[in-house]
Amino acid sequence: MSGHNESILREPLITGDNITYAKITDDILGPVENKPNKAWWIGFIVSALGALLWVVAVSYTFWNGIGSWGLNKTVGWAWDITGFVWWVGIGHAGTLISAVLLLFRQNWRNSINRSAEAMTIFAVICAATYVVSHMGRPWLAYWVLPLPNQFGSLWVNFNSPLVWDMFAISTYFSVSLLFWYTGLLPDIATIRDRAVGTRRKIYTIFSFGWTGGVKTWQRFEAVSLILAGISTPLVLSVHTIVSMDFATSVIPGWHTTIFPPYFVAGAIFSGFAMVLTLLLVARKVLGLENYITMFHIESMNKIIILTGSIVGVAYLTEFFIAWYSGSEYEQYAFINRSTGPYWWSYWMMMTCNVISPQLLWFKKIRLSIKATWILSIVVNVGMWFERFVIIVTSLHRDYIPSSWAMFYPTWVDVSVFVGSIGLFFTLFLLFLRVLPSIAIAEVKLLLKTASEQSKMKQIKEGHENKEYVAEYVESLQKFDSVKQEDYAKI
Amino acid sequence: MSDIKYILGSFGDPDEMMHGIEKLQENGVSIYDVYTPMPIHGIEAKLGIKRSRIDIAAFCFGITGTCAAFALIYFCAVIDWKVNIGGKPSFALPDFIPIMFELTVLFCAFGMVLTYYASTHLFPGRAPRVMDLRATDDRFVIAVDARENAAHTVIDGLLKDAGALEVKYNERKYISYE
Repeated sequence: MSGHNESILREPLITGDNITYAKITDDILGPVENKPNKAWWIGFIVSALGALLWVVAVSYTFWNGIGSWGLNKTVGWAWDITGFVWWVGIGHAGTLISAVLLLFRQNWRNSINRSAEAMTIFAVICAATYVVSHMGRPWLAYWVLPLPNQFGSLWVNFNSPLVWDMFAISTYFSVSLLFWYTGLLPDIATIRDRAVGTRRKIYTIFSFGWTGGVKTWQRFEAVSLILAGISTPLVLSVHTIVSMDFATSVIPGWHTTIFPPYFVAGAIFSGFAMVLTLLLVARKVLGLENYITMFHIESMNKIIILTGSIVGVAYLTEFFIAWYSGSEYEQYAFINRSTGPYWWSYWMMMTCNVISPQLLWFKKIRLSIKATWILSIVVNVGMWFERFVIIVTSLHRDYIPSSWAMFYPTWVDVSVFVGSIGLFFTLFLLFLRVLPSIAIAEVKLLLKTASEQSKMKQIKEGHENKEYVAEYVESLQKFDSVKQEDYAKI
Repeated sequence: MSDIKYILGSFGDPDEMMHGIEKLQENGVSIYDVYTPMPIHGIEAKLGIKRSRIDIAAFCFGITGTCAAFALIYFCAVIDWKVNIGGKPSFALPDFIPIMFELTVLFCAFGMVLTYYASTHLFPGRAPRVMDLRATDDRFVIAVDARENAAHTVIDGLLKDAGALEVKYNERKYISYE
């Protein structure tokens, strides 16, 4: 790490001058160690009301059964599974950032991994509640496990993707939690050693007695790398298996071999969009502009263009294959999607997921915080519609025209969905208050090599190629946290 | 001899701390441990710490998961209660793979992390054995056992020469019990 300077051709990952190790700790722990501001309280109250709505709607469902939803004989899956897949998809960015980007040695992940992982955990919690409430009799939820029982032991059907999904989601949730928490230990210890009284006692329990000795760090790094190695295929497998819930069925519109990669790309797409939605606000409100820089935002936007385009290609491929298959049922499913009674949801999906993310090719839009924030929400609206289109429009006109139906959500459907967003934001806002939103130790690693001030020092030493310096200074223009006048004289 | 148990060299910069370790070792001073707020690469080689074998543990746990999943599914679906699905064979290996994969990851992750916690003595509520409270914030701390290394003034000098901002003499091993 130390002693080796990074090329100045790379943009800095920490901006600002006079950043020291102590300042990094102070900046990141600011929201944890101080009383929250008004913006936090307003956000928290609104989200908590949403969470309350969720509690009411889910309890109502448990009490009255899923007849309280708008499902009917033809459309047996609608907002519930749409919401489930939507949340699981959002949950993919955290592990992708922490695992895949670690393996690819993308150091910019260090500033965003912690909150993205937290977001993953909260999103998977939201997703899991959909599955449980959809069971109808949630007190029998343990029936999905292969437990000995009095029916002879009649085991679960291991050929069913729904059983695979149970294993995949629970593994994904628990491994993500483990990865997140192990990474948090050094940072909890930092809070502990700065706190006094009851706070210190509480953080002592949660810090597991971390000290930061040489062996602890050495093994910590080995553990992180291996966890990243196993989480990478895990994250790909989870959405693959979610897609198999559909792909292994015989419903036209679902029975598609392209689903696994298409779902995974869509999951990363929506996950990064949600990370942007949260972090663009968090960096401003918490004053973390020096750590989550325009470079981070631009990098995430680039991933959104890539995955959005993959999703676009998948939509077109699906359409082509439906025509090429020669199966009239498959063909009708797709014609019905785009021109049938749900045409508006199909075109909503196309616009939000395929067309509008292409705007990010323009540098101006990619670097505009407002535009990025709006587009990140548009992407997640589109991704919700994608799942709605796949699920509802494939089901609502089945094989017998006399049973064709439309789906109309009830107030419970709407409340469970809106409420789950409230729950998600409540958990995220609480997280910002009690745990560091940026991995402190990992950001400290970047200070001596990849920060603006270390690169400034390199330039001032004067051994750098003039062209490189010019290119570097030009690349800094996009940063809103860099004092441009410092570079005017160079 | 005084009651001093540990001498702590507190550095503000990781490179200076590395330099401090070299200096101490050149002069035959043994280092007890080094506490840093972030991982410092290359330090384990200097202190003669062997490569972690946690990867071997991880592999063993992982393969246990694979076998456990296979055994469970094979027992349930092939031996104990065969379900006739359109006359298809009940030993359908491709269908077993997703769960075998998931349990491999699950066993590997939990086994490895719990091994890590056990081997580094990390568990909820453990009293933190902290020598310097700033070692998790902005200081890189070299701890030297004062009883094993008698020449305290020499150590003091070496640490300060290397750039230590502060040299502390702790009469108790861990200040966190105070």
